[in-house]
Amino acid sequence: MNWLHSILILAIAFFAVFFETWFDGFRNVLGTQIDFLPALMVYAGLTNGFYTIVLTAVCGGLWFDSLSTNPLGVSVLPLLAIGLMVHRGRELLARDHAGALFCLGAAASAAQPLAVLFILLNIGAVPLLGWKSLWQWLVMTVGGGLFTPVCFALFRRFHRAFDYQPAPQTSFRADREIKRGRG
Amino acid sequence: MGRGRGEILKKPHYIVLVLVVLLVIVLLKLPNETAGKVKLAISGLFLPLFGLTGSVHQMSGEGKETVAAKGVLVRQNEELRRENEALKIRLQQDEGVWSENARLRALVGWPGQSSWRVRLGRVIGRDPANWWRSLQIDLGARDGVKTNYPVLTAEGLVGRIQSVGQTRSQVVLLGNPDLRVAAVVQTNGETGIINCSSSSPQENNMVDLDYLSGGTGVRPGQMVETWGQGGVFPAHIPIGTIVDLRSKEYGLTTEARVKLAADMGALQEVWVMAP
Repeated sequence: MNWLHSILILAIAFFAVFFETWFDGFRNVLGTQIDFLPALMVYAGLTNGFYTIVLTAVCGGLWFDSLSTNPLGVSVLPLLAIGLMVHRGRELLARDHAGALFCLGAAASAAQPLAVLFILLNIGAVPLLGWKSLWQWLVMTVGGGLFTPVCFALFRRFHRAFDYQPAPQTSFRADREIKRGRG
Repeated sequence: MGRGRGEILKKPHYIVLVLVVLLVIVLLKLPNETAGKVKLAISGLFLPLFGLTGSVHQMSGEGKETVAAKGVLVRQNEELRRENEALKIRLQQDEGVWSENARLRALVGWPGQSSWRVRLGRVIGRDPANWWRSLQIDLGARDGVKTNYPVLTAEGLVGRIQSVGQTRSQVVLLGNPDLRVAAVVQTNGETGIINCSSSSPQENNMVDLDYLSGGTGVRPGQMVETWGQGGVFPAHIPIGTIVDLRSKEYGLTTEARVKLAADMGALQEVWVMAP
């Protein structure tokens, strides 16, 4: 199941990047595009192993940058850092509570663009920044936060559909079986 | 779940992390041209999805045609026929002016002007990052598109081709920090450089016209168009209208805010111009 799970995360990252490029609704209504990759990294960090996290960060970051004017590779390290930090604290983080997931997703979605901008400014790129960037950052934070519990619910549903379910306990016990007969 | 926090990273994990960091450094250090090619190769994975959305778009258009009322179509057809005839008459007049212009240029010894060859492209995606202005169109090298070709709409200039794949291209839009255009104010011939807006960089339809002279005669409401110097954009493509002006560098230069003629937020189709 693990490899299937990793492939599913990668597939969702792929479709998420395409959706961000193709869908104009958030841009037209809110004036900004919401990034789903940080929320996906939170999910990968909480429920998956190291290699899935690395794979998701590298593929997701490269796919995102390939469709953007970003220098290629600039999104990889921030996503990886989010995944690894969540993974490191996964035993302390609540994953079944929507409020906690929202906070975690919002924190990741707030940190990721800041980290990318930090790298961009340090490599000499000149991104478009102004007062409206604060609004965009706020929308990205809230949007990413809202997407995180949704993301967990989607994957939970997937697991229910494809995982082997534990066999239900029956009242039958072999040691208490009444054996009938002459012996 | 039984592993402790200390066990989380082992030696192979550190090796993988170092490799990822090295990969990122190598990618960031790639020359622009190579990085563009790698980007196109990676984003080629999205081609089936872009193709699928294109087909859905086309089918929805055909569906609309099927359900549109016949009366509406007949009326539209009539309007288009009249517009077409008016444009044909205008074209005949323009051809006369064009040949006169060519003759006069030849007499003075100026180089001749070539007519614009344009090709219609559909916008298939926008930059997913909020700090750049670019988009993807469904024309590529197989359609004869090359890097730096100007991109425009019927209203005015939109941007230029930044990178070209086989079947699609990336267009960097006016207002992106990478794109500067030599511009001229139509009425008084004063020149400047179109740059991203310094006061409101996220405003889709606003740019700055920098390096106007200190005592400029430029006024709000005047039209700005491409100057034709620099080799990328031909002259006389409308860019926008001056909104207001402010003095810079202790009055030595003036900066004007320009409202773009093309609506950058509503671009569905654009024209790529081959010189």
